[in-house]
Amino acid sequence: MASNEVEEAVKRINSHKGVMGVLVVNYDGVPIKTSMEAAETVQHAALITHFTQKAKGVIKQLDPDNEVTFLRVRSKKHEILIAPDENYILVVLQNPGSAFVNE
Amino acid sequence: MRVSVWATKKPPSHPRLTRELTTPASSDPSAQAPEKDGAKPKAKKDKGEKKPSAPAADFDAFEEAKTVIIVPANQLELTQKEMDEEITKQLTANNPNAPANIARYNTKEREYKFEPMIDQLVMHFASDGYLLHRDSDAAKQQLQLEAMEAEAIEEYERAVAGLPKKRAPGEEGEGGEGGDDGGDAADDDDDDAAREPVDDSKALRNQFNFSERAAQTVNNPTRERQSATEPPPSQQFTASATQWEMYDAYMEDQLRVAIQRDMMKKQKQREKEAEEAEEAGEPPPKKKEEPKPPPKEKKPEMMAGVPMTRAVKVMERMVNQNSYDDIAQDFKYWEDQSDRFREGEGTLLPLWKFYNERAKRRHVTAIAWNPTYHDLFAVGYGSFDFVKQMSGLICCYSLKNPSHPEYTFTTDSGVMCLDFHPHHPSLLAVGLYDGSVMVYDVRNKVNRPIRQCTVKTGKHTDPVWQVKWQDQDLSERSLNFCSVSSDGRVTTWTMSKSELVHEDLMELKLVTADADDDADALGSLAGGCCFDFNKAQDHLFVVGTEEGHVHKCSKAYNSQYLETYVGHNMAVYSVQWNPFHQKAFLSASADWSVKLWEHNSSRPLMSFDLNNAVGDVAWSPLNSTSFAAVTSDGKVHVYDLDVNKHEPICEQKIVRKAKLTKVAFNPEHPVLLVGDDRGCVTCLKLSPNLRKGGAEPERMETLVDTALKGEQA
Repeated sequence: MASNEVEEAVKRINSHKGVMGVLVVNYDGVPIKTSMEAAETVQHAALITHFTQKAKGVIKQLDPDNEVTFLRVRSKKHEILIAPDENYILVVLQNPGSAFVNE
Repeated sequence: MRVSVWATKKPPSHPRLTRELTTPASSDPSAQAPEKDGAKPKAKKDKGEKKPSAPAADFDAFEEAKTVIIVPANQLELTQKEMDEEITKQLTANNPNAPANIARYNTKEREYKFEPMIDQLVMHFASDGYLLHRDSDAAKQQLQLEAMEAEAIEEYERAVAGLPKKRAPGEEGEGGEGGDDGGDAADDDDDDAAREPVDDSKALRNQFNFSERAAQTVNNPTRERQSATEPPPSQQFTASATQWEMYDAYMEDQLRVAIQRDMMKKQKQREKEAEEAEEAGEPPPKKKEEPKPPPKEKKPEMMAGVPMTRAVKVMERMVNQNSYDDIAQDFKYWEDQSDRFREGEGTLLPLWKFYNERAKRRHVTAIAWNPTYHDLFAVGYGSFDFVKQMSGLICCYSLKNPSHPEYTFTTDSGVMCLDFHPHHPSLLAVGLYDGSVMVYDVRNKVNRPIRQCTVKTGKHTDPVWQVKWQDQDLSERSLNFCSVSSDGRVTTWTMSKSELVHEDLMELKLVTADADDDADALGSLAGGCCFDFNKAQDHLFVVGTEEGHVHKCSKAYNSQYLETYVGHNMAVYSVQWNPFHQKAFLSASADWSVKLWEHNSSRPLMSFDLNNAVGDVAWSPLNSTSFAAVTSDGKVHVYDLDVNKHEPICEQKIVRKAKLTKVAFNPEHPVLLVGDDRGCVTCLKLSPNLRKGGAEPERMETLVDTALKGEQA
């Protein structure tokens, strides 16, 4: 998949109903690409990077051959979807909508 | 001057030592604590038992001290006589601490000798004085100096006293001003100077902080200058290193070192070669390519590379899962509760709709589930309309991402049929409207088939209506598939290394009811519309034709039909063998009917009238007696012959104003896909009543047997 195709996919994700923001962060916590406001981006980037590192550590420690592929954190207000990659972390904030509120 | 004092040791004090202590009458021990040896005895009057614990400070100081003599227990007891005895002590000039027997080596006599003289001098006090004896040399010298100094001063004063008299008038004003610091005295001076010339030497001057005018320079204010540097930036960093992290880092480092060593070795070798070449007298190779520096590790381009695509893919699916959460829940858990209260009826629940802007105004001409990945299916888009043909499109969708196809391929001509290879899930055979067949590998994301037939290699001359992969023989290593086209050929294609090799299995000769019309029939061929291979005997297959006949053929005899089933009046769009019963097959036709056949009987066992042209029919993979058919009025009909032989157990309109063209059951989940002529594919879930019964072939066998008996009777 070419990089523009990835960009396209990211655009598609962003246009999805309920998606509040898409964020690409590198492992130093530097936001590379974002659709959110600056302050929010920085905060998310810094905290989520730590969180992801920790999760990766946990999985690696449990089984050295294993690896984290996806993390989803469901909260009262929305859901944070985290897809850690080799060099970057893809983060999406999504409000899963009415179905979620009923739960 | 130095004063020396000689002293001798004091005579030992009298052995009787007395210690006088004030003893407060109270028995309080704390009162005694402050008392020290040698302290001035203080008498404390016994205040009686009334205040036993009163502090010492409260004792009445005016009471007379009461002295008690305490005698140490080990004191010598002396008689009066002994005490009165006079003991005379003599003061000597000997130092009692001086050693009495110092022996020194006498080099002259070469032996140790006692020192006859022992120094008894002890310095107790020494002080340097400042007095000089008047007669001493130093004093004389000093007096002389003083006399000279006094003389010099006198001379100077005389000289000074003489000078101002000459210069007095010129100096006056300045003298006044010079007295600024002098304060009042100077001001007075000014006034006096105006009246009479005053002798400067006798002017009253401020003697305390007077300063000469010449000394009155401006004192630069002191300035402090300093610069503060910023503290070196500090940063806090915390991390937890785990064993695997260390291991990974170590391995990475080792790899790097190994590469470096390799490079070094190569370079050395190259240099060596060059040297040898020079020694041999050959000119060094001119165009020797410079060893390129190791390609700098490019900073991975943002969002590129395979891993990131994976992350994006997963993310897109997850976002879809969230936004279509209700449908996903229905897909997994929803069961129509009303099915419990009705017999022989069921419903279809529409789930996702798969639609794509590019598929707009195209017909869904083929749907194929992937046999390995049960969430993946391919949809072929083209046109059934002869006059409105357009380019084709293949989209591979996953149930996990209903909003966007996983893979997309475009073809020059409309796609008419698709089939996934049963054992190689990435191989997709495609038949086009222009008669060509091709094979795609969906893993290659390039928009190009890996194999394609050409006019030279036996391309069909009419649309290819169906393609089907053949089960691979163990003996054959190559893959092959069959195709049927309305040019009347059934062809098998073998994938060779670079191309598709074709071999005609059958030419569909036109069969007419009249035997007399043989002459007419000879030249032309019947257009094949569909075919299906028997599940048990893989050489056996049935072909549906545009004329409405269904022929049973075999790979072994390509000259004639084994059987011809006459029953349909219009084109047969689909034939399909029952997956559990080896002898029964279904045919669906544009003449509004679906017919069930037993391949040994030339007449249909059953016929179902669906009141509209039937686009496609498919057996259920979960239930041996159930099948679904789609009609051009947008309805799906689900039959279970075990439940009802005459009426469908479900007849449901799925799309408005569109014709349904294709239907496909999922091999695992109780869902089916229907495609319409507007490019939309809908996923439907079968309610529990529609998937009752099992996969056992016996039920179908009894069904067919009774139908056959009825026929014969």
